[in-house]
Amino acid sequence: MQIMDNLVDEGQAVADPSQEIVMHLPAMRAFALSLTRNSSQADDLVQDAIMKAWENLNSFQAGTNMRAWLFTILRNTFYSDQRKRKREVQDTDGVFAAGLSEKPDHDGRLAMAEFEQAFVQLKTEQREALMLVGAMGFSYEEAAETCGVALGTVKSRVNRARLKLGEMLDLNEGEPLDLTDQQTKAVLGAQMPVSGERQ
Amino acid sequence: MDQDEPKTPLEEQIEENLRKVYQKTLDEQVPDRFLDLLEQLRQQDANHG
Repeated sequence: MQIMDNLVDEGQAVADPSQEIVMHLPAMRAFALSLTRNSSQADDLVQDAIMKAWENLNSFQAGTNMRAWLFTILRNTFYSDQRKRKREVQDTDGVFAAGLSEKPDHDGRLAMAEFEQAFVQLKTEQREALMLVGAMGFSYEEAAETCGVALGTVKSRVNRARLKLGEMLDLNEGEPLDLTDQQTKAVLGAQMPVSGERQ
Repeated sequence: MDQDEPKTPLEEQIEENLRKVYQKTLDEQVPDRFLDLLEQLRQQDANHG
């Protein structure tokens, strides 16, 4: 299956690959954070991934999807570190959950903190699949390739992740209620304007 | 394709939240350590050939 491989004209292959890697750094950091759940570990992971990518630049085909290539290196590095560190205590301070300490001054923020707290409890493979497909706009095919698993495996991971989140956040499939509004009312007991949250 | 299936409200809520979480990191400035590292790697390569 073709995965946006042809979007970049081969003629304009980037002469300086470091420039192209820089473009992908923000996404790499976000992906690393979703895997490690800890910002300093995430940045160490990104650093290792950059070095591995650099060593293997000749295996990257110019004109193909560099983001997916970098993500593959990053996640492989993460899982191999995990195996090495099996016995070490994992510090999951959870930068994702850090928002919890902040005041629920805004309905969106409160809902997001709740969401993050639930998200970090998912299995790593589920966080990974959901992040790629749900947040970063990877197709299922692209995510499957990045994770080195079958298409059906990615689909079922995404589905399980959604179900689990729905369960933890007490959301029901058939109930189109606004999570934000409900939690805000419960916690603040105040009247909040019901906003569309479009940003 | 799968993505053409309409999304349920649950899926939409999850994705909206996930994108916000993701956006938060995207909005952060990339730490200098990464730019320095890349510059270092680039220089190394330049020197070696």
